[in-house]
Amino acid sequence: MKVLLTGGRGLIGGVIAQELVSRGHEVTVLQRTPSGLDLHERLTEQLGDIRDPSVMNHACKGIDGVIHAAALVGITGSWSDFESANVQGTQSVLDAARLAGVSRFVYVSSPSVAHSGRALVGAAAGVAEPDLVRGHYARSKAIAERMVLAQSSATFAAVAIRPHLVWGPGDEQLVGRIVDRARSGRLVLIDHGRALIDSTYSTNVGSAVVSGLERVGRADVNGRAFVVSNGEPRTVAELVTRIVSAAGLPASSRSIPYPAAYVAGAVVEGVWRLSGRRTEPPMTRFLAEQLATAHWFDQRDTRQALDWRPEVSLDEGFAELRNWYVRAGGVAD
Amino acid sequence: MVNPPLSVIGLPGIAPEWSRQASFIDSQNEMRSVHALDTHCEPSSRDNITLTLVCVHGNPTWSFMWRKLLATAPVGVRVVAIDQIGMGLSERTGAIRRLEQRVDDLTRMVAALGVTGPVVSVAHDWGGPVSLGWVESVIAHTESQCTIQGVVLMNTAVHQPNHSHAPALIRLARTPGILAMVAEKSAGFIRGTTLLSGSSMPAEVAAGYRMPYSNAHRRRAVREFIADIPLETDHPSAAVLDRIAEDLTLLDHTPVLLQWGPGDPVFSDIYLQDFIKRIPHADVHRYEGARHLVIEDASQVVGDLWSWVASLGESPEQHSGDEAENVNLNAAIAQRSLDASPAIITLAERGSARDVSWSSLATVVDRMARGLALRGVTPGDRIAVLIPPGPDLIAFVYACWRIGAVVVITDAGLGIRGMRKAIRGAGVTHCIGIDRARPLLRTIPVPGLRLSMRDLADVVREGWAPSPSSDPLPRKSGDEAVVVFTSGSTGPAKGVVYTHGQIQRTCDLLTQHYALTPADGLVAAFAPWAVLGPALGISSAIPDMDVTKPRTLTARALADATLAVKGTLMWASPAALANVVRTASLSGVSPNDFTTLRLVLAAGAPVSAQLLTEARALFPDAQLRTPYGMTEVLPVCDVTLEDILEAGRGNGVLVGFPLPGVEVQIATLDADGCPAPDLTGNPDVTGEIAVRADHMRDRYDGLWFTNSLASQNPGWHRTGDVGHLDARGRVWIEGRLSHVITTSSGVVTPVGVEQAVVSLDEVVSAACVGVGSQGDQQVVVVVTGPHAKSVVASPELTSRVRLVSGVDVAAVLIRDELPVDIRHNAKINRTAVAVWADHVLSGHSR
Repeated sequence: MKVLLTGGRGLIGGVIAQELVSRGHEVTVLQRTPSGLDLHERLTEQLGDIRDPSVMNHACKGIDGVIHAAALVGITGSWSDFESANVQGTQSVLDAARLAGVSRFVYVSSPSVAHSGRALVGAAAGVAEPDLVRGHYARSKAIAERMVLAQSSATFAAVAIRPHLVWGPGDEQLVGRIVDRARSGRLVLIDHGRALIDSTYSTNVGSAVVSGLERVGRADVNGRAFVVSNGEPRTVAELVTRIVSAAGLPASSRSIPYPAAYVAGAVVEGVWRLSGRRTEPPMTRFLAEQLATAHWFDQRDTRQALDWRPEVSLDEGFAELRNWYVRAGGVAD
Repeated sequence: MVNPPLSVIGLPGIAPEWSRQASFIDSQNEMRSVHALDTHCEPSSRDNITLTLVCVHGNPTWSFMWRKLLATAPVGVRVVAIDQIGMGLSERTGAIRRLEQRVDDLTRMVAALGVTGPVVSVAHDWGGPVSLGWVESVIAHTESQCTIQGVVLMNTAVHQPNHSHAPALIRLARTPGILAMVAEKSAGFIRGTTLLSGSSMPAEVAAGYRMPYSNAHRRRAVREFIADIPLETDHPSAAVLDRIAEDLTLLDHTPVLLQWGPGDPVFSDIYLQDFIKRIPHADVHRYEGARHLVIEDASQVVGDLWSWVASLGESPEQHSGDEAENVNLNAAIAQRSLDASPAIITLAERGSARDVSWSSLATVVDRMARGLALRGVTPGDRIAVLIPPGPDLIAFVYACWRIGAVVVITDAGLGIRGMRKAIRGAGVTHCIGIDRARPLLRTIPVPGLRLSMRDLADVVREGWAPSPSSDPLPRKSGDEAVVVFTSGSTGPAKGVVYTHGQIQRTCDLLTQHYALTPADGLVAAFAPWAVLGPALGISSAIPDMDVTKPRTLTARALADATLAVKGTLMWASPAALANVVRTASLSGVSPNDFTTLRLVLAAGAPVSAQLLTEARALFPDAQLRTPYGMTEVLPVCDVTLEDILEAGRGNGVLVGFPLPGVEVQIATLDADGCPAPDLTGNPDVTGEIAVRADHMRDRYDGLWFTNSLASQNPGWHRTGDVGHLDARGRVWIEGRLSHVITTSSGVVTPVGVEQAVVSLDEVVSAACVGVGSQGDQQVVVVVTGPHAKSVVASPELTSRVRLVSGVDVAAVLIRDELPVDIRHNAKINRTAVAVWADHVLSGHSR
């Protein structure tokens, strides 16, 4: 089918585009700056802002399905920035898709839309709760997800896919930051990294999202939200150590207790706010909580409804990550 | 009087369409209005009704208490829960209604509500006498529209047992002045009743109970109900209650179920025992932890009631063996009554020993039996025994068996609270204990004897006779002999009843399988087995150790005991054996001290091949075997060390072939870890292990539903262990049913994983548990041994654990030690480990 994918520049956008192409779909990626993907006749690119109706109306012409992955991601930033990019942006994509008569819509969401900060142990996806979630990012994604799913009908099938903690070669969000810290000797675990958390190897997200697109018309998919993960929860300590090892760096065993991390987060946030810095602070209360609290999910429903299994296991994923660092020249094999 | 303007709308768990009013003419020729909850209010909906439950509440509750029964009624079953007159939403009258009138009311109300055909009556509290009065009249008068199929009673009474006082709370409430104040003028009694519930009752449920009793006028009958309790013999209702109690004989052919909350401060176990005496055929289930409102406190009550109702009409379980056959467990004692050689040798510190010869054992047992009988102990009486294993306990047990009394044996492994609960639940008539047990025994209500060891010496003196009595009356095979308790590692300890015949058959099996002869000597390093010595006809020695702490057995103490009895066989728990191996070289004990041993049995908990191999070095001339079994049936299987080594590693622990006459089959587990209803003998299928054997337990005591679950395959006992049979028919144990881990890709049993992990050098012990919810659990391995700053194992150890275990292990955690059971010091409490692992892996939460 003809598919429009927003946000082709990010890690997730890239793997989705590749998966679409490999399954024989015709893809247009749309974002403000060039995606850096290898373009060809079945993978074309359009540049523009998703909030611009004329850009979107043009992009949606003749399209069968839209995958909306573009979003502003971050743990700091003002509400108005998140609202504009993630809420208004989604509304704009949604409007254009409806106007153009698109029949399938996949919203790439986040498990944080239903996460109030409590430990999640084998949790179900849960309903997006803008009023309960932590942080501007999660709130904006929660509002957007509700907007999308509220539109779902027999003629406009919509699904939300929430990949959990995505990592892989080239990932700057998680892998890049952890490796940077390890390299500069600033890597510290909270409570020995004992919380059990799910994560998702990047290419598995691609196959899950495309499976969602292909099956979105089914009654057990349409209108619902699915958390996607590798289904192999591990301790924070193990994930961090294996990422650092893949980059060829020594593991750190430094740990601070959760209350200390939380206070440090509060102090750092205060300093950043007072000094008006726009960069990401090294620690926030939200981050401390995320790194110290279990979150892993019951994957049975997701796998059943999407008829999907993660193709790359964690072990294989870490081997890929290691190869990537070796190829990048940073690690002696 | 006007009808109450209240309604059930908005009450939790109540469907408004159940609520109905009906009118009837009472014995005073007054028109009365009764309120009821009825699953079939419309007469036209009753065409296919095959059974009706008639539920009668007590004071101060109302039909609201039966809402879960109405909500879960199976197709074809009608449930009618009436509000007694003056109670609930039924009419308030001007005058006190006494018991006789209430029974008469019920008869008329049932007719007015259109109840006909087969009926099961269900009643609670003071609804019990009312309901029973009606049931008895239906059975006695054949012209009734109903036929009684069964009777269910919950925490009620028909009689104040002679030796006891009325419940203090009721006596207090009956005090003039106080009665009106607590029961009518304030809502104290009403609130008190919901507070008597053991669970923390949701506020809206408590409010539901209080709803009809919102003011003094509406509470009037509550007071009158209490006033109508015949505490005095000249009370107007006393004769009626007595007649209801006496007429319980009418229920001889009616199935009766007693569902009881033992924590009830009003209707305590004393009243349950009174019912058991009056209705010996009743099925009894005590819900440990539940209190007065047992139907609210124990979530199983409603489901259990329905499964009991469904079982009505089925024929009861057939017992193996001939119940009427004569059995004499005291035969060997009688035969060797002139034998001066030691029957029991008790070793004390520094090798000193106390011998009891066969002849003196025979004399003591004979006199003690006669003395006990003289003091009023009669056949069938249950006696709680708190005497540690040794000559005194052995003599007492055989004295009791001689006169047909039933010994109730608890051990310190249950803990003080567990022992108290166990004994209370067993409904004992008498008790005896050493001085240290006196504080505990004092809290046990007994109508009969309460003996100290000094008293026991008096009993023996009183039993002196010029010549020993002729052979005692033989006991019947089906007579109860003993109640012993499971270790309670999974929930409250369960009482297990053995008959004389079952103990005899256990002894026969041991004698046959291990080729026992009177020349053998037993070293009872697992002390309880010394009790069976006289029945087996062999001498036994009890080593110097704290019998409640297997780990206190030293190699020296074992060597002394072996020498003293010229021991040929030894029975030890694995924890004891491990300590013996550990202390052997230090204390200068060598294989030379054990040359007489031909057989060493290690049992009570899983035994590792490594421990057995180490033990073999100490007992080179003995065969090492580990019998497998449980409190309910022992032994089931056994296996030699050689067979274990030859079999190598498998999924679980090899426990060998079933013994002659014993069958083992498997109830396959489904994806949720639930065992199938049917059994299979197919190899390599993992499931719950079921055993069939002539020598197995009779039943669980006072746990009808536990019993029916364990006995769901007639003639078989469901063990609660999981495992499989191999192609040769040998049994492998993979863990406890309650410890099975259910992952999204199938069930994982713990023992095989733990064995593999323990084979790693740095690991001393391991527990394999699940975190997360049923069907989607993650496997976590908790180990002891490695020294680490972090509770999370290193990546290297984690990957080694994954490699050897062969399952998807989410995390490996490290602890200083693992919690084990008290009785055997060996069984890992995986449930507790799982709770801990879940807590750790949840990180900072809430």
